[in-house]
Amino acid sequence: MAAEEQTGTQKDRSMVLQKQMIAKHFERLEKAPKSGEKVVYTFVPGNLTELIRSFDALPLLPEINALQSGMRGTSKDYIAAAERAGHSEDVCTYVKCDIGMLKSGNIGPTGTKLPDPDLLLLSYTGCYTFMKWFELLREEYDCPTVFLQIPYQGDGRLAPEHRDYITEQIRTDLIPALEKVTGQSYDEERLRHHLGLAAEAEDHLVAVLESAKNRPSPIDAYFGGVYYVGPIFSAFRGTEEGVEYYRELRSEVEARVAAGLGPITPDGPLNDQKFRLVVEGPPNWTSFREFWRMFSEEHAVVVASTYTKVGGTYDFGFRHDPDDPLGTMADYCGGCYTNLNLPSRIDMLVDYIREYSADGFLINSVKSCNSFSAGQLMMLREVESRTGIPGAFIESDLVDPRYFSAANIKNRIESYLQMLSARAGAA
Amino acid sequence: MSARSDVVDWALGCYHDLDFGIARGWLEAEGGRTAAGYLPVYAPREIIHACNMLPVGIYGGGDQLEIIRGDAFYQSYICHLPRSVVELAQSGRLDFLSAMLFPSTCDVIRNLSGMWQLLFPEQYVRYLDLPHQRNTELGGAFWERELRTLLKDLGEVSGRPATDDDLVASIGVYQELRHLILELYRVRREEPWRVPTEELYLLMRAAEVVPPEVFLEKGRAYLAAAHAETGRRRDNSRVVIVGAFCEQPPLGLIKTIERAGCYIVDDDFLVGNRLLEQDVPTDSDPVRALADTFIRHASKTSVLYEPDPEGKRRLMKGRVAAAGADGVIFAAPSFCDPALLDRPMLRAGAEEEGIPCIAFKYSENSGQFQQFREQAGTFSDAIKLWGGT
Repeated sequence: MAAEEQTGTQKDRSMVLQKQMIAKHFERLEKAPKSGEKVVYTFVPGNLTELIRSFDALPLLPEINALQSGMRGTSKDYIAAAERAGHSEDVCTYVKCDIGMLKSGNIGPTGTKLPDPDLLLLSYTGCYTFMKWFELLREEYDCPTVFLQIPYQGDGRLAPEHRDYITEQIRTDLIPALEKVTGQSYDEERLRHHLGLAAEAEDHLVAVLESAKNRPSPIDAYFGGVYYVGPIFSAFRGTEEGVEYYRELRSEVEARVAAGLGPITPDGPLNDQKFRLVVEGPPNWTSFREFWRMFSEEHAVVVASTYTKVGGTYDFGFRHDPDDPLGTMADYCGGCYTNLNLPSRIDMLVDYIREYSADGFLINSVKSCNSFSAGQLMMLREVESRTGIPGAFIESDLVDPRYFSAANIKNRIESYLQMLSARAGAA
Repeated sequence: MSARSDVVDWALGCYHDLDFGIARGWLEAEGGRTAAGYLPVYAPREIIHACNMLPVGIYGGGDQLEIIRGDAFYQSYICHLPRSVVELAQSGRLDFLSAMLFPSTCDVIRNLSGMWQLLFPEQYVRYLDLPHQRNTELGGAFWERELRTLLKDLGEVSGRPATDDDLVASIGVYQELRHLILELYRVRREEPWRVPTEELYLLMRAAEVVPPEVFLEKGRAYLAAAHAETGRRRDNSRVVIVGAFCEQPPLGLIKTIERAGCYIVDDDFLVGNRLLEQDVPTDSDPVRALADTFIRHASKTSVLYEPDPEGKRRLMKGRVAAAGADGVIFAAPSFCDPALLDRPMLRAGAEEEGIPCIAFKYSENSGQFQQFREQAGTFSDAIKLWGGT
């Protein structure tokens, strides 16, 4: 996507495919008011894309638009517009970026006008701000809102009664709302078809993510990872295009494994990998390439990340199950990373460090996101204590460039990697 | 000393006592007693009480506690409450609690539940996922199951599982408590010079940390004294405070607002103590009755989903009218997601109705009040001079 275009680095077929898929999707979105296709706004964690698609509706994800605005350099003005309209400087910049974009004409990341929603599907999964975000959007649009409460895994599991609660909400609230908005009847066979496609793509994605166990790692599971999860997080899970994309991506990655090659970074291939890292927390989007380069210049590759699991924890075994359509959607929603409690998140980091033979781990704590950030200092200490590996802690933000201090972050990363080198040397 | 000042001094003592002396005394008075702490905003105290446990509201250390260990757990851009709660716990001040409940107020309190599991594995820790679906079929059934689980678990923790009769009795106790609180609020609303918010607030804080029976006695004594004394009516503006439902403002801030010329005639301080706006029926299954009452009659708050698309816009108009207020002061803790994300909607609704508003942020340990005094004073003067248009 944007990074490859600007550097003129090589493009794999999967990159081209993804770009075409996204462009086509936003074209359809732009034309939706005329074509009559219905548009459902929803969030990445707990998104029910297969169900939406089974009604021939199009998903649109505000946080994807916000991060794209961050990468394209427009988020600063959008945030300023929202703050001028009374939104606090203390709250999530995704929300303010989205509100600011809306107030500025709602031109989406590809430069096309975004359609108004026909339905706001608030899947309240792992992030309190989501609830307020859609209450705010609801003020701007004349359309129904469906609220799905996804119980948090406070005890480290999705209790059977919580699973039932989610399926009942889907059955009694969401499906009738989709039927009303689209004029189509619920078709369980179509849903099963989409769920089957989702599972197929998920198999390929997991193979891609787990390829990072190789040395050298053929992927960067954080900076590259956000591109890899793009289609499955956004609009393409459960679609033929999604499966094709992930099949292609997997074959490219497997070819790199066979050739002993590393991933493509903003500065070209990273074959000589000195540090294998695990990363917790979302990336900064406004200086994404600069941030990535701080790692790649030091020959550091990310072998696993938690952020790439906010849209599903497939590498821990979950697959959409066509034989249990509503139940599997409940399991999916309940199992997204941000819906896991702190001990489970720590377990995941420890597992990654061990399974992927990591040399270190880093937490990028973003100011915007309390769901991620509250408790990360304790996570740092717990993971250090359980693995014996020191961690690094840096602070930035999602899409507010005012909170990305490049020199400070670079200094911390370099110092951390020097410390890892010294430890390795001493050992 | 008057009866009134006796009660206020007692409440002030509770407020200042970060060692929870009254709660500890209650535990020591009789063998087999236990206590359960809860964070803001809402916890079903009836369930805790029915298991022979003392419910204890944990609202941090305010401006009285130096934060040393708590800051090591939180970045600078996270609100102050959790760091002072951690400080209280790390300094042993919460070691009398056998259980801690973390309601779904926001992601910070949610994540603190996981931290607590790791920090204090000997304590029973529960994240209380409040129901956002406001219909009895779905949300009510969900909340009823959550309450039954909590009732069973706390019965095991306390060693005294609650019967239906126990729970009905506890519902009755908290019904009385709510009635008293609502009466205090009514008197303040109608004659705020009789019940200054500084005093009412101290009483509300005391109600969070003492046995309900003790508070009923003290609160009634205060009410009787307030009725007996006329007080001196001032030409103040009448304001509603909105946004201070979780991390609490320092007492000095409340005093400052009042002394700047504002009668606080409604607020959302400690709103969990009166979140249920109707009585819980006691002639049916008590757990179901508690759940249904929450679903049907929980007051509107930023921590619960608002199902009515017009609800946010209308809320301030309704509250201002009910309180006979002249304006709204949006006072939210820094970095408070629920209050600050709600504010644009609430304020827009208020301003559409011509209701004067001001807004500021505080922290529980704010120590400088000059800016608040100037803002609140100017606000009050503006209302008096130009009214709400």
